[in-house]
Amino acid sequence: MRLQLSPELEAFREEMRTFFTTQVPQEIRDKVAAHRHVSKEEYVEAQRALNAAGLAVPHWPVEWGGKDWTPLQRHIWREEMQLAGVPEPLAFNTSMIGPVIAAFGNQEQKERFLAKTANLDIWWCQGFSEPDAGSDLASLRTTAVRDGDDWVVNGQKTWTTLGQHADWIFCLVRTDPTAEKKQRGISMLVFPMDTPGVTLRPIELIDGGFEVNEVFFEDVRVPAENLIGEENRGWDYAKFLLGNERVGIARVGATKKMLAQAKDFAREITVDGRPLLEDPFMARRIAEVENELVALELTALRVVANSADGKPHPASSVLKLKGSELQQAATELLVDIAGPLSIASFAEEGSDVPDWARVATPHYLNYRKVSIYGGSNEVQRTIIAGTILGL
Amino acid sequence: MDFTFDSEQNDLREAVRGLLARAYSDSEQRRKVVANDPGFDEKTWARLAEMGLLGLPFAEEHGGMGAGPIEVAIVAEEIGRVIAPEPFIEAVVLAGGLIAAVGTDEQKGELLAAIAEGTTVPAFAHAETGTRWSASASAVTATRSGDGWTLSGAKEPVPTGARADVLVVSAVVDGGTGLFLVQGDAAGLTRTGYRTHDGTRAAAVRFDGTPATPLGTGGDQTAAIERALAEARIAYSHEAIGAMDTALRTTAEYLKTRKQFGVTLNRFQALTFRAADMYVSLELARSAALWASMVQDAGGDVVSAADRARLQTSRAGRHIGKEAIQLHGGIGVTAEYSVGHYTSRLTAIDHLLGDGDFAAARLARTVGEQATVDPLGAPYAV
Repeated sequence: MRLQLSPELEAFREEMRTFFTTQVPQEIRDKVAAHRHVSKEEYVEAQRALNAAGLAVPHWPVEWGGKDWTPLQRHIWREEMQLAGVPEPLAFNTSMIGPVIAAFGNQEQKERFLAKTANLDIWWCQGFSEPDAGSDLASLRTTAVRDGDDWVVNGQKTWTTLGQHADWIFCLVRTDPTAEKKQRGISMLVFPMDTPGVTLRPIELIDGGFEVNEVFFEDVRVPAENLIGEENRGWDYAKFLLGNERVGIARVGATKKMLAQAKDFAREITVDGRPLLEDPFMARRIAEVENELVALELTALRVVANSADGKPHPASSVLKLKGSELQQAATELLVDIAGPLSIASFAEEGSDVPDWARVATPHYLNYRKVSIYGGSNEVQRTIIAGTILGL
Repeated sequence: MDFTFDSEQNDLREAVRGLLARAYSDSEQRRKVVANDPGFDEKTWARLAEMGLLGLPFAEEHGGMGAGPIEVAIVAEEIGRVIAPEPFIEAVVLAGGLIAAVGTDEQKGELLAAIAEGTTVPAFAHAETGTRWSASASAVTATRSGDGWTLSGAKEPVPTGARADVLVVSAVVDGGTGLFLVQGDAAGLTRTGYRTHDGTRAAAVRFDGTPATPLGTGGDQTAAIERALAEARIAYSHEAIGAMDTALRTTAEYLKTRKQFGVTLNRFQALTFRAADMYVSLELARSAALWASMVQDAGGDVVSAADRARLQTSRAGRHIGKEAIQLHGGIGVTAEYSVGHYTSRLTAIDHLLGDGDFAAARLARTVGEQATVDPLGAPYAV
């Protein structure tokens, strides 16, 4: 048992901090910190800056640009990135399809996709959820039927995040409707979003933003070579991918940053001449969230230390569950600190409401998503009860 | 940064667990022991001494093992696992810890060895009925009397106060708080012991011109008391972790075996989800408690770390303690069944040296001082 980071890891942390705060443009990082809309170009610019320094896909196999880092190094990398307000490398590329292709794709696919995926030359989106297949993903109904050298895809996907920017989609499709177990008849296909028969419809969210989409497929012809791995093994790849998605999902660094903002803003707002931060109830509320966040960070450190084989520790469900709750608690704090200013969400020039107060409520509303995506918190409770407690 | 125990620490855990498992293999044994004074088993106490646990944190030159906070944490967790009523934290960590921290060489040489051997049980007489969880004293006053000192006033509740062979007493002196040693048979000392709800014992302790010896070189000891309380709060956090672990495991087992509506209770998601939430509470609290011990070991800000551990374990203890009973149903509130006793002990731990609200209020006072908290940085890692 030892508290301190080794001198090597301290140096590593310093190296990461220096890189993130000097080599990724300040105006992009300011936007992330202010919870403002980050454009496609800015995402691409940030990821290419990371990739040029070998910091976009450290968890990939070394052969394809990864670093042979320990789980603790990866944790520090992610934390420092979040604290610095760096847009994280696009999860669909770096945490999802990249690792799947590296693990299950053929050599030709690896050469064709991996470098471009790491550099965000290809922007990927995820075709998993369907209107009738959310938490029960295996009941998906989009079909792919073999016709000569092509698969012909028909059906509909939804919740496709940032699909409006995407060049390619990785898609779970039903290739064997007769399989005894519904999980057994699913395959993974990849294809360009501009393939004839693909239609994208944006979904407006309660914060007024557009980040998810519905995607419709009508007789979309996909070359057979675009099947990833083996036919009817797509469910295995999806589970592998979702396990990766859960690692780092605690987002401790991002929540820390929000709490630091909450303290600053609670100093700006005065009540009867005294800063809101000096109100004992508000101070205690912040202190309670901050303490839980410390406990979550320490739990994340315990979990990463125990997942050396690359598989997610079952306790990673704790990270998702509590991590999402604390992200939401922090966004809620920001709304409450803004108080009446929080209704001025769409104020433009001519308003004196500070920017942070304008974005507070849309951000809070948007963040209801974090306890739903990546396996809803109810799914995580099912995993904890079943896998850990044996219930 | 390393959260794993070394092999000696694992051996220590196995040894303590083995000893306590024999002493308290089921909750009936504990019920029998706590039914009679002094509320713990003197034989088990002697076995703990034989294993060296009663001198665990003391220097070897004073008859101790020279072990650190991590070892203390391991023992405390194992005590909590079976809610052993032996006053390890009260006598060794808190009262013994104060003697080790401020005692003269002579006091340490004499008392610590006797504590380690199990022949002297000390208690810290600090709580007062009109206040709570303070590091200073107000209801007992020390007065110079010839070459020595006398104490007057009252302390209550004092855990293990009636059984103790020697009391470490906090008392007002020169406007500050001093520490004094009072022998169990001292003149003018009245001790009225009673059972506490968790089966252990406490006492009302009254001093009426009672002769006392300054612990250490005298003077204001508020800072030493604050530190000793913090170390004991961390140890209690570990005892709570052990108790919560058992309460959760017992509850999970019960859900798998108890049948209602023709099926075992684990078929009801309304129950299994709540058990999952108990696990989340436990693991976060465990992280905070382990970390606080590492901060203590590293020489960091132990008072702040103790508040963080206490806040997390207090919230978790209440959550798990209450849910453990509710998920059992009626049997959970019976004295015959084990789980309610765990809830009772968790409730006692919560109120002995400060609960979650107390810790949260203290943390709130300094919440604006740092933009972010880095558990691996200053002031915790130095």
